[in-house]
Amino acid sequence: MGKSYDVAIAGGGIVGAACAEECAAAGLSVVVVEPGPVGGGATAAGMGHIVVMDDSPAQIALTNYSRTLWMARAHEFPADVEYVSAGTLWVAADAEEMAEVERKRAVYEAIGVRAEVLGPRELAEAEPNLRPSLAGALRVPDDAVVYPPCAARYMLQRALERGAVVRAGESAAQLSGAGIKLRDGSFVPAGIVVNATGAWAPSLTPGIEVRKRKGHLVITDRYPGFVHHQLVELGYLKSAHSMTADSVAFNVQPRKTGQLLIGSSRQFGAEHGEIDANMLTRMLRRAQEYMPALAALTAIRSWTGFRAATPDKLPLIGPCPQDPRLYLATGHEGLGITTSLATAKLVADQLLHRTPAIPVEPYLPGRKQAEHD
Amino acid sequence: MINPIDLSVNGVPIAVPAGTMVSTAVALAGVTRFRRSVTGEARAPLCGMGICFECRVSINGREHCRSCQVPCENGMEVAADA
Ligand SMILES: Cc1cc2nc3c(=O)[nH]c(=O)nc-3n(C[C@H](O)[C@H](O)[C@H](O)COP(=O)(O)OP(=O)(O)OC[C@H]3O[C@@H](n4cnc5c(N)ncnc54)[C@H](O)[C@@H]3O)c2cc1C
Ligand code: FES
Repeated sequence: MGKSYDVAIAGGGIVGAACAEECAAAGLSVVVVEPGPVGGGATAAGMGHIVVMDDSPAQIALTNYSRTLWMARAHEFPADVEYVSAGTLWVAADAEEMAEVERKRAVYEAIGVRAEVLGPRELAEAEPNLRPSLAGALRVPDDAVVYPPCAARYMLQRALERGAVVRAGESAAQLSGAGIKLRDGSFVPAGIVVNATGAWAPSLTPGIEVRKRKGHLVITDRYPGFVHHQLVELGYLKSAHSMTADSVAFNVQPRKTGQLLIGSSRQFGAEHGEIDANMLTRMLRRAQEYMPALAALTAIRSWTGFRAATPDKLPLIGPCPQDPRLYLATGHEGLGITTSLATAKLVADQLLHRTPAIPVEPYLPGRKQAEHD
Repeated sequence: MINPIDLSVNGVPIAVPAGTMVSTAVALAGVTRFRRSVTGEARAPLCGMGICFECRVSINGREHCRSCQVPCENGMEVAADA
């Protein structure tokens, strides 16, 4: 039997990396087991939008807390993390969606998140490549974007500097509160084990309510200045909510390079990673409805990734009821880049009995999950 | 020259034989830096067959066209990152 660690983390995506950094910073000995490249899972597939979302009070609390953590660290990131505070525009197509803009603004104001309503003229000035005659938008100026795999690598690097160990190229075969059994049969003993394997989590902790939700993305060549904000249609909420139907929504974000990321799609029941031409076409058509000039740009690559979805749209953060030394840190669906930093804080708070900045109960694995549409 | 085609590269007029590719016209115009990489390095055609994307220029205002794949046309305005 090898050395025993305070914390053994399965999964070196952004969530595992953030947990490693936070635990190492608190003085704990940490090991991370990751079979592939760091941040090579959903973390490499995601858009990297750091965004406050108001699906439920617990979701606002977690995304807002986590965004605050990102903002406080903005200055410390190396250039390859590409942290840019471009701000989100929630784009409203019609009067009904403008009413939603107003409702959303009030919610954000109540929790101290800066947000301003743009009318049709101001929206056209802010983003001239959007189609004319949109109704307006909500601008959330402190939302940001990062390049997620480099952010994960940076966090893990910080953990290593504080003595953490990475078992690269090794894979967890079995988890318990006592440690991680690796595929090669060896055992890594630990005081606390964290399952941070994203959409793969149920294969290591059977029975947890996490399902794969596939998404497609496209990236274009460099067109600096074509888009200035992270653009999301307000109808996105309707699309992201549906727990059954496949859906697409207009979502375009500028990278620091001038490249544009074009999303997004959501599919349950698609277990394989290949591009689905039909979904890709639907997604690009939706994007062009909002931004006709996209049609003249060159796309250079498209790919897919798997979000880890839970029935109530909230992640699983904390100890398993049946094994209090086995922690979960998964189920972040389409928000795991945003919520990685808060997840790491809440994991460390619970295992060190620190007082958390926000209540942990809504995210505890043992909670009763209300299916929510 | 039989059937010369008149176009411009970075605003300078140039005549080339019909069938000439834009990449050749850019080179004939004396331009060696077709575009810049994301870190600002000089780039020029490599494969000549549409695979490497190194030869991209703007043609008639449309950015990122692979110049090795586009035949010259009369009146074309080509902008390379000279
Ligand atoms: C198309 C798309 C767009 C998205 N856009 C955004 C966005 O704009 N903003 C946002 O906040 N979120 C976004 N997300 C969500 C975000 O990408 C994820 O929530 C986040 O990356 C989850 O990180 P993770 O570390 O939990 O999972 P992953 O990054 O998937 O990491 C899990 C790791 O576990 C490893 N692993 C698997 N099996 C084992 C094993 N047996 N033993 C050890 N390790 C194992 C894997 O190799 C992997 O590296 C998007 C997701 C997708 C798919
Ligand atoms: S030279 Fe390779 S694509 Fe044109």
